[in-house]
Amino acid sequence: MTTTQRPPARSHQHAHEGAPPEAQGRVLSGADILLECLKHARATTVFGYPGGVVLPLYDRLPAHPEVRHILVRHEQGGGHAADAYARATGELGVALATSGPGATNLVTAVQNAMMDSVPVLFLTGNVARNLIGRDGFQEADATGILMPAVKHNYLVMRAQDLAPTFAEAIYLATTGRPGPVHIDIPKDVFLEEAEFRWPERVHVRGYQVPGAADEDEIRAAAEAIDAAERPIILAGHGIVISRASEELQAFAERAGIPVLTTLLGLGGLDQRHALSYGMMGMHGSYHANMAASNADVIIGLGMRMDDRALGRFADLNPDATVIHVDIDPAEHNKNIHTAFPIVGDVKETLPQLTAAVRRASHPEWVRWIDDLARAHAASLSVPEGPELTVQFVVQQIARAHADDDEDAIIVTGVGQHQMWAAQHMNISRPRQLITSGGLGTMGFEVPAALGAQVARPGASVWSICGDGGFQMTFQEIATMVDEQTPVKLAIMNNGYLGMVRQWQELFYKDNYVAVSMSQPDFIKIAEAYGIKGIRVDEPGQVDEAIREADAHPGPVLLDFRVTADDNVWPMVPAGAALSETVESADEVA
Amino acid sequence: MLHTVVALVEDRPGVLNRVASLFRRRGFNIESLAVGTTHEDGISRMTIIVDGHEGIVDQVEKQLMKLVDVIKVEDLTQTEAVNRELALIKVRCTAANRREVLEIATVFRAQAVDLSPESVILQAVAQRDRVNGLLDNLRPYGVMELMRTGRVSMRRGTEVTAYGDQNGESEEMHRFHHESGRLPEGELPYVSD
Repeated sequence: MTTTQRPPARSHQHAHEGAPPEAQGRVLSGADILLECLKHARATTVFGYPGGVVLPLYDRLPAHPEVRHILVRHEQGGGHAADAYARATGELGVALATSGPGATNLVTAVQNAMMDSVPVLFLTGNVARNLIGRDGFQEADATGILMPAVKHNYLVMRAQDLAPTFAEAIYLATTGRPGPVHIDIPKDVFLEEAEFRWPERVHVRGYQVPGAADEDEIRAAAEAIDAAERPIILAGHGIVISRASEELQAFAERAGIPVLTTLLGLGGLDQRHALSYGMMGMHGSYHANMAASNADVIIGLGMRMDDRALGRFADLNPDATVIHVDIDPAEHNKNIHTAFPIVGDVKETLPQLTAAVRRASHPEWVRWIDDLARAHAASLSVPEGPELTVQFVVQQIARAHADDDEDAIIVTGVGQHQMWAAQHMNISRPRQLITSGGLGTMGFEVPAALGAQVARPGASVWSICGDGGFQMTFQEIATMVDEQTPVKLAIMNNGYLGMVRQWQELFYKDNYVAVSMSQPDFIKIAEAYGIKGIRVDEPGQVDEAIREADAHPGPVLLDFRVTADDNVWPMVPAGAALSETVESADEVA
Repeated sequence: MLHTVVALVEDRPGVLNRVASLFRRRGFNIESLAVGTTHEDGISRMTIIVDGHEGIVDQVEKQLMKLVDVIKVEDLTQTEAVNRELALIKVRCTAANRREVLEIATVFRAQAVDLSPESVILQAVAQRDRVNGLLDNLRPYGVMELMRTGRVSMRRGTEVTAYGDQNGESEEMHRFHHESGRLPEGELPYVSD
C-alpha cells in the first residue's frame, strides 16, 4: 500500500488577524457581505466591468469607499491587471465580471494566472438561482468553464455562505502554491440578506500547505550535493513567490554552486552576483544551457521543470542526479526523473539545505562555465549599427533605470521582444519583471502594465509591447487615462509577429504565412486617447525619447520602428535538447 | 498494468466533474470509476481503476491530491484487499436451454434474478476475472445486455481507508462544507435579469 507522501503540513489557519471584522454579526445584503469580505482581507483594489447580474453589487459600491473599483475596458484586461497587481506586490489581486460573456472573457486571464501560480480572486456574477440551468439571458456555466483553469472554485447559493467562501477562497489563493480562485455568485444572492460571519478558522480537510521539508530527505540530498563535482542550481518563480532570494544566495554561496534561472525566476538572484549565470532555456544563454547539460547534480528550486526551460526532457542530462524542491508534489517526476524529490516551501527548505551541506567551491567547474560564457558572448550581444533593434531599445530603457531606480518595473508581452527583454534588461530584483511565462499570452503587456502601476503607484512602469500583442488589448489605455497611471508603453513595431516569423524562417523554409501585419499609426492612437506619443526611427533618438517619456507625468506611447528580420539568439530549436543550443541560422539544419 | 486507486472526496457538487476533467485533461486512462457514500459524514469514496505504469499512477495520485475536494488517495493495488464488481447480464435462453445457462451461473456463483420465456438476468458479484469467465461461457447463448459497475475495493483486516478526523469543525462550518454550492430547498423568489 502506498499513501501519497505528505510532509508535515498545515491544513488550516486562523482567519482572524486580531479583532473580528467590524461588521461581524450584522445582517447585511449579499453585496454588502462581499464588500465587507474584501475589506477585511485588505483586497480592496478591484478591476471590474459591470453588467446585468452584478448590478446589485455595483449599487452598493459607493457605500464602501475603501474599495477602489477600476473600470477596465474588457474583462480580459481586468483579469490581467489583477494578475499583474498580484505579481507586483505578492498580494491578492481581484477581478470582477458579469455573467455569460463577462465570465468567458476572463478565461485567458484565469489560465494565465494558473500557469504562473499567481494569487488572483476572480469574481463573476451569474443569473439568479431559479434561472440557473435554464439557458437564461447571459447565462454561461462559468463554474464549469473555469474549473480546469483554477486552483479551486465555488458557486455560492446562499448569502450566508459568502463570508466562509471568501475566507476559504482567499486562503487557498494565497497559500501553498498560489493560484487563481474563482467565486460565482447568482444575482439574487447579492440581494439576499444574511448575518455577516467571517469564520474564526479556515479548515479545508483536502488541502495542506507544505512548510519545511523532511530532515531525512534534506540530509540525503545534501550528501548528493556534497559529492557533486559539477552542481548547478535552476531557480524558478518559487524563489520570487516565497521571497527566498536571501535564502537562495546563502545556499548558493555556502555550497559554491552556480545559479541559473528560468524566465520567471529572473530577479530571484541579483545578476551581478558572482554565482549568477543568467537565464537558461529556449532563449537562455549558451553557457547556461551547457552548464545545465553538463552538470552532475541538478538542483531545481521552486520551478516546474517546464519544456521551455529544459528542452527535450529525455536528453536534458540523463546522467545527472536531480534534486527537485517544490511546494507542489505533483511537479516531482512529472517531466523528468528525479532522484530526490523534496516537498517544501523554498523559504524554509533552503535554510535546511544550507545547514546540511558542507562549505564548498567548484573552481574548475565555474571556470569551465566562465570560459564558455566568454567564448559565446557574441550571440548574446546587442547589435551595433545604423539600424534600430529591439535589443538596443530594451538595453537603453534598462540603463536609464539602472541600479539607482529600485522601483522600475518591466512588463512584457510575448514573443521576440519578451525574450530580448529577458536577455538584455539585467533583471536583478524580485518582482522587477512581470511577464506571461507558462501560458505565453500575447496582449498581456498593456493591461498588466496598468495593474502593476496601480499596485505600485511610485514605480516607473515600462511595458515592452509587441506590435501584435499591443493590438489585442490596447483598449486599456482608456483605463490608464481614467486612473492617471503614468505607464510607458514601448511598442516594438516591426510589422511582423516576430517570433512566428523567426520560426517560419528557421523551421518552415522561409514560408512566411499570416505573419506580416499592416499597423495603424500608433501615434494617432495615442492622440485619440489623449496621451503623449513619441515616434523613434533611429538609435540616436532612443535615449532622448526615454528621457522625455520618463519626464512626462502621464501615460506615454512610444512607437519604436525596429528592424523586421532579426532573430533571437541563442536558441534551442523546437524539440531539441538544451545541449543542442544554436547561435545562428547557419546552425539550424 | 491496472491499478486500484481509492480516493476519499468531499460529497459536494462538481467533485465528479473535477476528477473526470483531470483524467481527461492529463490523458490518464480510466478503466472504471465507481462512486458512493461512506460511513463518514460528507465523504464519498471513488474507486478508480487506472491503466498505466508506476510513473503514470504516481502522477494520478498526486494530481488527484492537488484537487482541493480530494481528501485522501490510496493505491490498493499491492494490498490484500477485497475487490468486487457487480454485473447484470441478460442472456437469451428458452425453456429448452435454461437449465444449461443456470448451471453455468452456479459454477460462477452468479444468481438468476429475473426470468422470462426468452431470457434470464444473471447477477454476479465477483472479481473481474470471474465475471469475465462467466461472460465467456454465456456468449454462445447470446448476451442481450450487459452492465458492470466497475471495481470497488476494501482492504482486508482492521486497517481502513478513512479520513478519521472529524473533530475541530464547528456546527456552522460543518453546515457550510456540506450545503454550500447546493440550491437551497423550497421556493425561491423570482428574480429577473
